[in-house]
Amino acid sequence: MIHSLFLVSTAGHIFLEKHWKSVISRSVCDYLFEAQGKASAPENVPPVIATPHHYLISVYRDRIFFVAVIQTEVPPLFVIEFLHRVAETFQDYFGECSEASIKDNVVIVYELLEEMLDNGFPLATEANILKEMIKPPTILRSVVNTITGGSSNVGGTLPTGQLSNIPWRRTGVKYTNNEAYFDVVEEIDAILDKSGTVVFAEIQGVIDACVKLSGMPDLTLSFVNPRLLDDVSFHPCVRFKRWEAERVLSFIPPDGNFRLMSYHVNAQNLVAIPVYVKQNVSFFETGSSGRLDITVGPKQTMGKTIEDVVITVHMPKVVLNANLTTNQGTSTYDPVTKVLVWDIGKLNQQKVPNLKGSLSLQSGAPRPDENPTLNIDLRIQQLAISGLKVNRLNMFGEKYKPFKGVKYVTKAGKFQVRT
Amino acid sequence: TKTPRPWSIFGYFELDIELHEMLDSNKDSLKLEAMKRIVAMIARGKNASDLFPAVVKNVACKNIEVKKLVYVYLVRYAEEQQDLALLSISTFQRGLKDPNQLIRASALRVLSSIRVTIIVPIMMLAIKEAASDMSPYVRKTAAHAIPKLYSLDPDQKDQLIEVIEKLLADKTTLVAGSVVMAFEEVCPERIDLIHKNYRKLCNLLIDVEEWGQVVIINMLTRYARTQFLNPNESLLEEGGEKTFYGSDEEEGKEDKVEAAALVVKRKPYVMDPDHRLLLRNTKPLLQSRNAAVVMAVAQLYFHLAPKAEVGVIAKALVRLMRSHSEVQYVVLQNVATMTIKRRGMFEPYLKSFYIRSTDPTQIKVLKLEVLTNLANETNISTILREFQTYIKSMDKDFVAATIQAIGRCATNIGEVRDTCLNGLVQLLSNRDELVVAESVVVIKKLLQMQPEKHSDIIKHMAKLTDNIQVPMARASILWLIGEYCEHVPKIAPDVLRKMAKSFTNEEDIVKLQILNLAAKLYLTNSKQTKLLTQYVLNLAKYDQNYDIRDRARFIRQLIVPTDKSGALSKYAKKLFLALKPAPVLESPFKDRDHFQLGSLSHLLNAKAGGYQELPDWPESAPDPSVRNVEVKYPTSREKRKEKKVEKPFYSDSEGESGPTESPVNSSPDSDTGSGSGSGSDSGSEDSGSESGSEESEGESDSEKDEKDKRKSGKKKAKKTAPEMKKWRIYVSFCVALLLKCSFPSPQAASPTCGPLKTYELLHRITGEGLAVTYCFSRRPFTGDPHMVSVQIQFTNNTEVEARSLRVLEPKLQSGMRIAEFPEIDVLPPGEISTVHGLFNKLINCFSFTPFFVTIQPPVGELMMPIFMTENEFKKEQGELGTRQAPVFMGLAAKVLANLSRVPCGSAMECRFAGKTVTSGSLVLVTVVTKEERAAQVTVNCEKMLIGTMLVKDILQALSQ
Repeated sequence: MIHSLFLVSTAGHIFLEKHWKSVISRSVCDYLFEAQGKASAPENVPPVIATPHHYLISVYRDRIFFVAVIQTEVPPLFVIEFLHRVAETFQDYFGECSEASIKDNVVIVYELLEEMLDNGFPLATEANILKEMIKPPTILRSVVNTITGGSSNVGGTLPTGQLSNIPWRRTGVKYTNNEAYFDVVEEIDAILDKSGTVVFAEIQGVIDACVKLSGMPDLTLSFVNPRLLDDVSFHPCVRFKRWEAERVLSFIPPDGNFRLMSYHVNAQNLVAIPVYVKQNVSFFETGSSGRLDITVGPKQTMGKTIEDVVITVHMPKVVLNANLTTNQGTSTYDPVTKVLVWDIGKLNQQKVPNLKGSLSLQSGAPRPDENPTLNIDLRIQQLAISGLKVNRLNMFGEKYKPFKGVKYVTKAGKFQVRT
Repeated sequence: TKTPRPWSIFGYFELDIELHEMLDSNKDSLKLEAMKRIVAMIARGKNASDLFPAVVKNVACKNIEVKKLVYVYLVRYAEEQQDLALLSISTFQRGLKDPNQLIRASALRVLSSIRVTIIVPIMMLAIKEAASDMSPYVRKTAAHAIPKLYSLDPDQKDQLIEVIEKLLADKTTLVAGSVVMAFEEVCPERIDLIHKNYRKLCNLLIDVEEWGQVVIINMLTRYARTQFLNPNESLLEEGGEKTFYGSDEEEGKEDKVEAAALVVKRKPYVMDPDHRLLLRNTKPLLQSRNAAVVMAVAQLYFHLAPKAEVGVIAKALVRLMRSHSEVQYVVLQNVATMTIKRRGMFEPYLKSFYIRSTDPTQIKVLKLEVLTNLANETNISTILREFQTYIKSMDKDFVAATIQAIGRCATNIGEVRDTCLNGLVQLLSNRDELVVAESVVVIKKLLQMQPEKHSDIIKHMAKLTDNIQVPMARASILWLIGEYCEHVPKIAPDVLRKMAKSFTNEEDIVKLQILNLAAKLYLTNSKQTKLLTQYVLNLAKYDQNYDIRDRARFIRQLIVPTDKSGALSKYAKKLFLALKPAPVLESPFKDRDHFQLGSLSHLLNAKAGGYQELPDWPESAPDPSVRNVEVKYPTSREKRKEKKVEKPFYSDSEGESGPTESPVNSSPDSDTGSGSGSGSDSGSEDSGSESGSEESEGESDSEKDEKDKRKSGKKKAKKTAPEMKKWRIYVSFCVALLLKCSFPSPQAASPTCGPLKTYELLHRITGEGLAVTYCFSRRPFTGDPHMVSVQIQFTNNTEVEARSLRVLEPKLQSGMRIAEFPEIDVLPPGEISTVHGLFNKLINCFSFTPFFVTIQPPVGELMMPIFMTENEFKKEQGELGTRQAPVFMGLAAKVLANLSRVPCGSAMECRFAGKTVTSGSLVLVTVVTKEERAAQVTVNCEKMLIGTMLVKDILQALSQ
């Protein structure tokens, strides 16, 4: 399936290669560079490129191209999903997935890749199993390594997780403080038109868990209002039949952090848009200038404060500079990338944040006829905008009493206001 | 010791020497450091092959990390250093014999990764051995090794197929994905190997790891295309049938009869239960977190499911659109193909395809494609409004694509053609040249549909030639003017005049169109344009491009009559001004679905190497019985294996228990059979159970009345089936009185737990994997002394959990009692669970869902032992009625009833005593051995019936 893997930086530097079958020359990446040259941005490089003898399937993540070389038919999503899993594993191991961290830990990276694929077919992709076989680097261990001249990354014991029927959980987990935390994170994806009318809005949510429980706990998580959930996808640990029958999440959790489920909220429930935006961006025919006026205020917030409000505007290329004043937060305009960022912070009822001023355009250039879109970012603590509520968490199979916690957050997902 | 210094300081030569030294040292830490540096070199793509001899020596190193890194090195360079690589082979061969399964697996993994042709026989041997290893993990590794060996030496194919066949029969989830992968790489054409494993694969699927799921689902899609009938072939399901089966139970009976008649008349399509099984078992995987799995299920449904059911995949695919942009890209390509065939499916999700300014261009274009495919009369106004905002985007490529999309909407939906055209004409005054050019090209196509109405648009476009520079647009305008020069008789010659002026500076496609325009004008309006045409043709004659020179020569010959070209020039007008068909604006995704969706070939719209064609549905269904699995008892070893490893975790009996599914949930098809009364559609299972009960009949021909009972039970089952519309199998099972008894233990009076005869209640084949046996434990029951304790043992031979095992409706005869055993909530596969049930009378029936079984205790079990002396025995014997029978036998003393042995003086005589559980009446048995292997059995009991039956039983047993 996957023949070789190349990691390529945006600058076109191939900094890691791994082959699972015969070696393929790195010159195959030239086809990627060619495509990159044609594309306006790295995101626009097509994920699948056919070359005379191979196919390149790549994902672009954290400023790195993960390029898999394929020789025969394979579902492209299979490879794409796997490459993302590789990136997530690096992220998990090194805290970040960057060229520097990969170069620093090249041996661990190699060992990981060796375990993740056998002959190009995925072997062990569960973080829990991998961590049993290859220990992630820690500060303490790297100190020890420098002093003693190298200790082992590789676990002394052979992993047994692979053999068990719950491959996502390692065996012999022990904690002094047993805790299980669940974060219900909801994102509002919305498109508002010029007048502020909702063109499209929906709520996506995920439940991320951090479970540190000893032994083999069997957890059951139930909701007050599971009917809200329209479409769900689960971590493999969730027993699907229980969900079908009783609408509860029953699972033996992996150890550590994982995404328990993602969901989509029933479309019939009208999405409460927490903010309103009034904007006016106009460019004048004469004088090479324009005017901008944006006002943001809280709308349906269910008594919670809206925090971390940031408005990002991608301006047309002809906008040279912006002379703006605001009554709250800071605004910056980067004339190179043509991005205007207005960092507002908290929204409070009394004062309505406003940003206005003039835009200076390239002289002589025609008035741009496109209007920029506003991208809004925000965060509301302790609120799941859909109203989803966790009812209770029960644990079976172990004697101790775990500490449990649920946190709710609402964020803006792809929240755009058209002008 | 020397502290290792970073390698980059040194030149290669020095570095090599240092690494050599480190590798040769006897300190593991130095070796490790050296190996780490070497692996870092490999990772960077630097050549480290010179170190091969030094590295390969360390293959047997004790340090596990050094060892692993040596493996990495070895696999990378063995191909280049074949001879030296052979040195390491013996280490792996040793590893293959290691008691630790993980070491065996890792040895096989590395051994098979070394691409050295000489070791092919060794590999083959190792794979064969590993394929029958106790550990499923090693077997999985063997499956992984198969494609490796195949790519190294394709001549081994036949032998490898044998191994694949063997591994396909493996029942563990760990192996399933890997072996199907091997199957796909080595022998995807051997679809016959799948038959016997089809149902097992379907049932295991949910517990297989996610990558294996993708491979299995894709393979099963192909399999199903060869084995089942097209569910969409007959239009039945859209008509009466659907309403019929979708209806509630309460619906009038008459309707059903009518509909059923209708179905029969139209030669109903009956979905193969195996086809249904596949659809049912893959559906939950739409909820997988893995996009590849979701896509695999989606394509399976798209290619295999009846139209009415395909809809379920839309929601899941829309969900994937929130994933990474690469995932979106692939999913949108597939959605685009699907929307052409099944537009309705995605219509409710129209807004999910709305485009955001932050989407990458390639995603925007694909979303636009989907939106265009989804456009119809009802939603076109919304879509066009949305398109209007897109036209203002800063992303010009995307704007161009939007204009194209508007054009397509306009051609497909007649009502909005004028609106679109007007909108596009407005775009002609756009500041951006690209936008204008694209509009011109699209307007040209639209105008071709009804040119006479739009001469003013053509005039407007003629004016544009002064400003617009994009060659394609200029060419389009010129073509339009030429084609419809009769509609703009005044302007056309003027345009030609301007063009003649700028001819030399134009692009090639524009030049060709100038020539075309000139020719057409010459034919229609030669008075005004003759000289201009001559001029243009002369210019073209000396053009650099030979296409243009050719065209000029060709046109000249046609339109300017000379002596030589008489024949054709007569038809010049017909040639140039023929009515041209309007172009059809088609989606580039049309007909892409002849590639299996989700495949690389589909994405590229070109066949990729190793792509397996998705076969067409067969005309008539191949024999479904090929998938029947033979009745076979697992050997004890196999059984043990099963118990140890095979506890798939999260599936439960639902996957197995097709029969309990009620028709309301199931598809319209699956219950057609039961609707027509015979349950014939359950095909294989049914026949299996039939034969099962026949077997039992053969065994139990002793009791006639029982037979009758069973028959009536069966009859009843048949009657109820259509009524309840449940797809159940009723098995009535009678246990034959085959008594092979053990010797009585010396302490016979105490409750014996010694070897007891177990009876089969439900065979594992008949019970679809659930085997039930029971035995009479002969322990006094704590709760009620008047009841007999029966120990029922359930064995789950399937790969899934069985749930809710309980007695459903015990059918008891009058006077019988039953203490019901507690419900078994979950019976994990391979596990055994024991319950104690009790009853107090001769015959009891336990009816299980969905199995109808009967427990028929031998009369001897209805007694309990009592202790008495020989004298007491004789005394009691005198008072009781006697049943006697002479018997020939080898050895007398065999216990077949729960009696205690009475001490006895004579060696020729054995006496046993007991009482019936319910009434406490005494039962005394005397067996007197006589000469010539004959014996006399005497049973004394006040209950005549019991006495008679006991004698009969003892006789039967002894005479065997």
